[in-house]
Formats: sequence, structure tokens, C-alpha cells
Amino acid sequence: MTTTPQTRPDKAAVKGADRTDVTPGGVGDSPSRPDGILKVTGEFSYSSDMWLDDMLWGYTLRSPHPFALIKSIDISEALATAGVFAVLTSEDVPGENFYGLEHADQPVLAKDIVRYQGEPIALVAADHPEIARRAAEKITVEFVVLAPVVDAEVAIGHKPWNPPAESVDAGVDGQVPHLHPNGNLVRHLKLRRGEQDATADVVITGEYEVGMQDQAFLGPESGLAVPDEEGGVDLYVATQWLHVDQRQVCAALGLPPEQVRLTLAGVGGAFGGREDLSMHVHGCMLALRTGKPIKMVYNRLESFFGHVHRHPAKLYYEYGAERSGKLVYARVRMYLDGGAYASSTPAVVGNAGTMGLGPYVIPHVTVDAYGTYSNNPPCGAMRGFGSVQTAFAYEAQMDKLAAELGLDPVAIRQMNALEEGAQVPTGQVIDSAAPVVELLERLKAMPLPSTESDQLDLRRMPGGVSNTTHGEGVKRGVGYAVAYKNVAFSEGFDDYSTARVRLEVSGGDPIVTVHTAAAEVGQGLVTIEQQICRTELGVDSVVVHPKDTSVGSGGSTSASRQTYMTGGAVRHVCGKVRDRVLVLAEASLGRTVSDLRLENGSVVSRSEGVLASIEQVLGDEVVEETDEWRHRPTHGLDPETGQGFAHVQFAFAAHRAVVDVDVELGLVKVVELACAQDVGKAMNPQAVVGQIQGGSAQGMGLALMEEIVIRDGKILNPSFTDYLIPTILDTPPMPIEVLEYADPNAPYGLRGVGEAPTISSGPAIMSAIRAATGLDLTRAPVRPEHITRT
Amino acid sequence: MEFLTPTSMQEALEAKSAHPDAKPILGGTDVMVELNFDRCRPATLLDLTRIPELAEWGRDNGSIKLGAGVSYTRVIAELADQLPGLAMASRTVGSPQIRNRGTVGGNLGAASPAGDSHPALLAADAEIELRSVNGLRRLPATEFYTGVKRHAGRDDELITAVHITPPSGPQQFCKIGTRNAMVISVSAFSIALHPDRSEVRTGIGSAAPTPRRAVDAETWLAAALEANGLWESRGALPEGLAREFAGLVAAAASPIDDVRGTAAYRLHSLSVMARRSLGWVWNDYASGQEH
Ligand SMILES: Cc1cc2nc3c(=O)[nH]c(=O)nc-3n(C[C@H](O)[C@H](O)[C@H](O)COP(=O)(O)OP(=O)(O)OC[C@H]3O[C@@H](n4cnc5c(N)ncnc54)[C@H](O)[C@@H]3O)c2cc1C
Repeated sequence: MTTTPQTRPDKAAVKGADRTDVTPGGVGDSPSRPDGILKVTGEFSYSSDMWLDDMLWGYTLRSPHPFALIKSIDISEALATAGVFAVLTSEDVPGENFYGLEHADQPVLAKDIVRYQGEPIALVAADHPEIARRAAEKITVEFVVLAPVVDAEVAIGHKPWNPPAESVDAGVDGQVPHLHPNGNLVRHLKLRRGEQDATADVVITGEYEVGMQDQAFLGPESGLAVPDEEGGVDLYVATQWLHVDQRQVCAALGLPPEQVRLTLAGVGGAFGGREDLSMHVHGCMLALRTGKPIKMVYNRLESFFGHVHRHPAKLYYEYGAERSGKLVYARVRMYLDGGAYASSTPAVVGNAGTMGLGPYVIPHVTVDAYGTYSNNPPCGAMRGFGSVQTAFAYEAQMDKLAAELGLDPVAIRQMNALEEGAQVPTGQVIDSAAPVVELLERLKAMPLPSTESDQLDLRRMPGGVSNTTHGEGVKRGVGYAVAYKNVAFSEGFDDYSTARVRLEVSGGDPIVTVHTAAAEVGQGLVTIEQQICRTELGVDSVVVHPKDTSVGSGGSTSASRQTYMTGGAVRHVCGKVRDRVLVLAEASLGRTVSDLRLENGSVVSRSEGVLASIEQVLGDEVVEETDEWRHRPTHGLDPETGQGFAHVQFAFAAHRAVVDVDVELGLVKVVELACAQDVGKAMNPQAVVGQIQGGSAQGMGLALMEEIVIRDGKILNPSFTDYLIPTILDTPPMPIEVLEYADPNAPYGLRGVGEAPTISSGPAIMSAIRAATGLDLTRAPVRPEHITRT
Repeated sequence: MEFLTPTSMQEALEAKSAHPDAKPILGGTDVMVELNFDRCRPATLLDLTRIPELAEWGRDNGSIKLGAGVSYTRVIAELADQLPGLAMASRTVGSPQIRNRGTVGGNLGAASPAGDSHPALLAADAEIELRSVNGLRRLPATEFYTGVKRHAGRDDELITAVHITPPSGPQQFCKIGTRNAMVISVSAFSIALHPDRSEVRTGIGSAAPTPRRAVDAETWLAAALEANGLWESRGALPEGLAREFAGLVAAAASPIDDVRGTAAYRLHSLSVMARRSLGWVWNDYASGQEH
């Protein structure tokens, strides 16, 4: 695998991009992770590993039906089971029985009605997990089963409602039932720009569909809730945003934040699936009721019902273009099925609606993006949301247009590409690098993998060692796609992060402690926090304090925002600490020096050299600062036109996929998946490449195999037996080029990295498969049946 | 739960006879999944990993006797020449970890229509050895599979070995899965040429309630080869022959639609695999490579 992080010396305006200038272990270096060895040796403590001797096990009884009324719940037999300490239902929720990230519409425990298969109904605490599970089986719930609403367009009346015949209740007067008091529409985003009745020489239309992807993190939902003596609780949990969890848990428990303290437990992957609550309130309720610590761990099956998934999408696109290939107009309708509860649906619609035409200039735009309720599993955050789904459509449109006009697919993208200074469909002007043309150029310039091989190596064939072809039916295809993603929280959200940094002398050496509540979910934020402290304070030894709610919010570990936001906060607070140290230094020197900085454990003057060690300056003094840091403000969108300065930063990546398709069997081998991405500043080049590899593989999974298959509101494949994610044998070599065009508005010039590669890899693969097969292929993931037409 | 750990064949057979409901366990790669998912709660587990005889393979009257407890990893490493079809099938099973633990005996015990060893065993005319305290019997593979996840072994019997005559001609195994490892087959096909008796054998997986042979396809092909003198001449296959054979193979299947694939795709892919793999075995045969 070739991975060559590259800088453009001519354009790399970021200070420190010249690697000779890098503080060892600081920004721009690739020091190893503080948790790396523990993870590699299997000693890292994940949230499911926590243990207290007197703890009980919690278990959740879930609805078998996607839509039903609850007539009665009888817990008596379960409660009478030996070893059972508590059985709780919605009656026992101490505070509000509703929670949610954006709308509090989701019950902690279902009352009177269930809206999706797997919705929690009752909780059991017992002294053994198996006793808890079997006791839960003894809870009798009487349901009246209703016909589920399973289609987003049907849910909001854009298509007729034809309920399954066997349903008990088909809704009032044959009308599609309202799943929530305000109906089934969660958000409708309208984007109107330019002429609404524009016409063009060439018209390209397409209907696209994207299936429901799962985050498939390896560490299932788990946590430990420990009651204190005063009616409060400490919750140790794997999550993505401690403070937004705390807010929701407090509301549900009816307790103030002082009495609900959260600490981040070891997170085994997240990808958006831990933004919503899982066992949080449940564990706390059982702990407060029994007075004992409660451990809850979902198994893989339950995990498929225990977190939100990626919104499946139906996308209707019409593009008009000049014969030259220049885009004239876009008319687009998108439906994103949010399932039973809102979760992040409004934000997903926001991204899909504003980013859904890709990194291309289109003067006349009409977009209607709808997010809906249904009785499908709730959908919410997943890496690249809104952009991932729409990229399949906008890149297919570009390929179709190129084919229609007989133009090169790369050329047509470059001809229409956004660049710095361009206006995006929301009217916002891109005010930092947008190197779409160059990303494509670089990919095109990379050598193509050879088609020749002297000897049959099954591992290189579609189907692999399953031995389905020795070359018969195999056709090669190449495809390109570009990712375009807003970084951090948009549309006027007050997006901030808090950092606390302490510098002191311990055992004769200076040591920094950095404390934030920003979740480390595997991406390497803990390393970045250390690197920034090293660079800013010139101190090698940096301890990362456990992540908890005793410091202010770090915001969400999502939207590619943590290196930007918490990195920005740490840098900002390091600056305040440094200022204080330099004041102390000047006091001890007895004079002012204009060019002081901290470097290599010393106070250094550019003109005079090393003046004192940090130990000498600090003595017993402990310098600690805490502050919040914000990115520049954004604004909401105009409700009628969708115009506004809504996004703080844009990320760009592009992929070239080379595939071999067995066109007779419909099997695909990705031969190579090359990526070029602009990251503004490679804070940790190794981690950047890791994000690109992982994101590319996750996007490839969605293109080729990853789908939660749902029929009548029920999940047909809730296990890794049939929910397939790529293995190492499916993962191709990934040549990677990393560009560093500083964003002047961002700390160190950096650009969020994590999501963009997930967005373009799948569409590039789809494009390559289309090139190999000559088929339209409008649905992801593509199944063998779609290629063989059987 | 009782956990029995016999160390000899006799002890194991006695244990099975005394506890007919005991669940045998070899590699545990099916059993442990069933337990974890609470699909079965056996009162007794009968651990067969301590019986040396089950973990061995050897020659027995000209044929290979493969102990039920020999892992896939060993089949691939030690028997690729002598049992090529089975070794190819073994190569497609799960992951290295699963191949280290999983056994052909366990695959037979599970008798899943998607078990990968079955098409290869059918094509190789394997015989399954079943033993109880009352004696030993050998069943042709065709008679072994009786229904979805059911086989002809009795409650007091253990699967102790598989007997396979080393092939007189080439063999192939192919399997459709939507990723390149760790995948349950959508459909699978195995073919073996038996030039010593001018016969063809096949095995179909994941495309019927049980693994089965495509008997009509076998007879038709053997007759066609005979009629054209091809067994002797080893000449090129006539135009359309592979296609007709492929159609007969598909006709022998009765697949269903499920989350892994449609019935139509299963039929289509079977016919493609049949056509291609016939080409491969014939190529080998024609060029004098026996397997
Ligand atoms: C991750 C994973 C991937 C897998 N991938 C594949 C795959 O690709 N292809 C495939 O075919 N299978 C696959 N399997 C299933 C399994 O690995 C195979 O069926 C394997 O052959 C089972 O062998 P074992 O020794 O582990 O059997 P065990 O689990 O020990 O036993 C399997 C069954 O046989 C019975 N049994 C065991 N020994 C005897 C005996 N001597 N007499 C009578 N009954 C007996 C057991 O009671 C049980 O019902 C996979 C399993 C897992 C967990």
C-alpha cells in the first residue's frame, strides 16, 4: 500500500508545514497514541469491560413490532424471579419520559404505543445477565398490532398509502397514520436560487436509492451506572458527546447536572451511532432504584436495535446543461427516512439539502429535501451524513451527463468544479481553498494498476478464493467522484468546545495536563491534544485527563469537528497558559522581553536564546486556565430560499476507483481505491492517512455490501452473519495524496478530515462499476442481482 | 449443563448411548454460536476433541479416511492433492480462526444447506462413517442429508469419519459470496470427473433444502462425453455442451429468495459456475493434469 502524504511547498502556507520545524511529538508530527499499546495488546479497557463486585446487570425488553398499541404490561412474574432486583416500565421514569438530540420526541420507555421494532418497553436488573434476560421474557405485553408506515414518500402523503392487508388497523379512513402529533414531516428544506424555470439544451434525469447503512462499530453499547449516597449517579459510558447526554439524562431522571456526572468509558468505535442515548437513562434508573451499580452491555443483535442508522434515501435529480457540458440548472427532490424518531434528521436534511449538488457550480437551483418519520428503525448520525447519500446521486448525474455529451468524466467535473471565491447554492462564498480541479488532476495523474498478471491469483479476482472466475466475464472499470462536506455544526448552532490546561512542575520536570470533555472514539483526539500542548507550551510530557463532565462541554465528536474545535480550544487555552508563564518569566528576569516563547522545556527569546528553564520560572506555581472557544458564527437558512451563511468550513476529497467486475456473476473486486484530499494542515499525518483509509473502506462497504435489509418495518439481518462489512481481503491498495492548503479561519489552517473520504469512495466505485458494465446502477449498495439482472 | 470429556472412541460412543440428547462438540464454531444465541440449551455437551482417532486422517483400503475432527486448515495444508475439491471448499470457509477450529465433521453435524464441504463431498462420492456402541455404518453422502439442518445420523450415533476415494480426475469447487472472506454462500457448486468409471459427479449448495447432486446433469454429461469419445480423446468439448450441462445443473436446484440473494440469482449463478467449472476440469483433464 502506498501512502504518501504530500505537501505542496509552493502553496503550503501553514506555519510548520516544513517538517524540519516540527516540535517532536507536536503538531505535524505523528507521535504514537497514548492508548495505542494498550489497544494493540488487548489491555485497553472498553466500556463493556467495566466491573464492580456488587454490581447488577440491566436488560432491556424491546418491542417485537414496528408499530403497535400497548394495551397492558404485566411484570409480576418477572419481578418474582429469584435474582431479580427491579423491573421498571414507563411509569417509573422519574422525570420527562422524552429525550432526543434535536426534538425530545423519543420515550425513555414506551408508553401506550411502540413506533419501531426494538423500542425499549421495560427494564430488568438482576444479579446475572442471563437471569435478567430470562426474567424479561416473562414480562407479558399485550399489543394491538398496527400496519407500519414504511416509506418516506408515503409517510408525508407524496405517494398513496397501501397498508399491508393483514394489518389490524390501517389508519384513520385509509389515511396514512400520523406517527407523531405534528405529522410525519420532520423537516422540509427549500433551496431556491436563480431562475426557477430555467431550461437547457441537455437534460439528464435520474432516480437514485441508497440503502440503510449501519455504523457497525465493534464495541457494542455499554456502560456502568453507579448510584451515590445522595440520590445522584455517576455514569461511565461510551458516547460521542458527554454533555448532551448529561442534559437528556438529567431531564429524564428529574435531577440537576450536579447529581448526574458522566465519564467517558473506553469507546470501541462510534461513526455517529453513539450520538443518541442508548443505555444511559435505563442504567441510571435501575441504579437509583436498586441502590446498586448497574452494568448494561448490548450484544451484537441488540446493538442493531440499540442505535440509529444511516438514513436510507430516495433521490430524484434533474440537471440541465449546455452542450459544452456546463451545468445550467438542477431540480432535485430528496427523501430521507428518519424512522420512528427525529434524532439528527433535521441536520441530515440540512446537509443533504445544502450540500447535495456536490462541489459543482450550478446557477439555477431548486432543491426540496424532506426528512420524515416512519416505522422503520430510527436513523440519525453516521459519518458524512446527508452528503454520503446525495453523492451517489450527484456523481451518477455527472457521469450520465459526460456520457450523453461524449465528454471525459473528469473533464466535465473539472469544468463545473467549485473553486475558492465561488458561490455555493446557499449563496455562501467559499473563502478558502476549494481544490476540486487539482484533486481530480492528481488522481488522474496517478499510474493505473496493471491489468496483466502472469499467474492466476484468485485473491485478485472478483469472488476471491471462492473460485468463481479465472478471468471469464471480468471487465475493468475506472470511476471518479468528489466529496464535499460541511465541517462542524452549521446553520447558526452555537458550536463551542471547552479546554482546561494546567502546567506545573512535578518530579523536577514540567508537565502539562489537558482536560476536555471531548470524546475520544478511536480517531486519535487524545494524541492531537497532546501534540497541540507540546507545540504551544514546549513541554514534552502531556497527560490527557479522563474525559468527564467536571469540565465544560467539548461538543460532539462528529461532523469532522473535534480537531478543529477541541483542538482550537486547547490551542487557545494553551495560549493563555503561556501568557501567564511568560509574565512569570519576565518577573523572574526582572525585565520585559518582546520575543519570548516556550520551547523545549525552556523560556526562549528569539534574539537572546534560552533564558531559563520552565522549572526555574514556575517553581511551585501551578498555572491553570479554562476557557471556551468558538468557530466563527454561522447563520440559519432563509426558510423560503435556503439562502444564508450556514457553514463554517468545507472539506474536499476525491477518489478514483478501479474495479474488476465479473459481469456474468455480478461480483466486484475493487482493484485500487486512490484518494486525494485537502486537509488544510496534516496535524498528525499518520492519523490523517488512517482516517482516509478507514473512511474509504466504510464508503466502499456502502457501495458494495453494507445494508440493513428491512421488510415491513422489521430488520432481516441484525447480525454480522448477514450484515456484511468489508474484510481485509476486500480492501484494496489505497494510494493517498494529502494536500495542505491552509484555511485562514481555522486553527493551524486545518480542515476536518474524518468524513470526506467516506463520501466519495462509494460513488467512485459505483461509477467504476457502471463503466465496466455499461449499466445505470442507480441503487447502493449494488447487489450481484443488479448487475446480472436476475 | 453437564460437560462430558471422553478420551477414547469407546468412551465417547458409550457416553452418546447413555445420553442420546447430548450435543457433540468438535470445533464449536456452530455449537457456540447456537448457545450464544440461545437457539439451543442442551443438558449435556459431549466434547470430542480429546479423541485422537477423530483428529487423524489416513489411508484405508485405497481410500482416504478423514477423521471427523480434522480442521479445515489441515485439510488445506495436508490434503490439497488428494482431496482437491474438499480442500478448495475448505479454503472458502470463514476466516483463519474458523478454519483452525472448524471441522468437516462439524459441518456434517450441522448439515446446513449452506455448508461448504457438502458439494465437494457429494461430487467426490464421499461416504460418511457413523458409529454407535452397536457398530459402524457407512452412508453415501447423498443419503446423509435428510432435510434443512437434518441428517441421517441417529441419536446414539456419532459422525466419526468421511471416506473418500482419491480422484481419478480433476475436481473444482466454486462459491458465490458478496464479499471475499467470512461469507455464507449464496450458492455453491462442485464438480468431479471420474474418468476411471467414465462418470461425472456434482454437488449443489445453498440452492435447495439440502445439499444435493444434479443427477440428470451428471448422467447427461457422462453420456455426451461417452458418445463423443471424449473420455479417451480428451479433445475439446463441443460447442454448447457446457451450456446445456449448466442448464441441467440449474434445473436440479430449488432455491428460495432470502436476505442473501434471490432464487433467480441462485439459479443463474449456479449455471454460470457449472459452465465455467466444467471448462476448468475439462482443461485439466485434456492437458493431462489429473487434478
Ligand atoms: C464466523 C463464522 C464463519 C463461518 N463460515 C463458514 C463458511 O464459510 N462455510 C461453512 O460451511 N461454515 C461456516 N461456518 C460454520 C462452521 O464453522 C462450520 O459448519 C464448521 O464446519 C463446523 O465445525 P465445528 O467443528 O466447529 O462444529 P461444531 O460447532 O463443534 O459442531 C457443529 C454441529 O455438529 C454437531 N457435531 C459435531 N461433531 C459431531 C459428531 N462427531 N457427530 C455428530 N454430530 C456432531 C454438533 O452437535 C453441532 O450441531 C462459520 C461459522 C462461524 C462462526
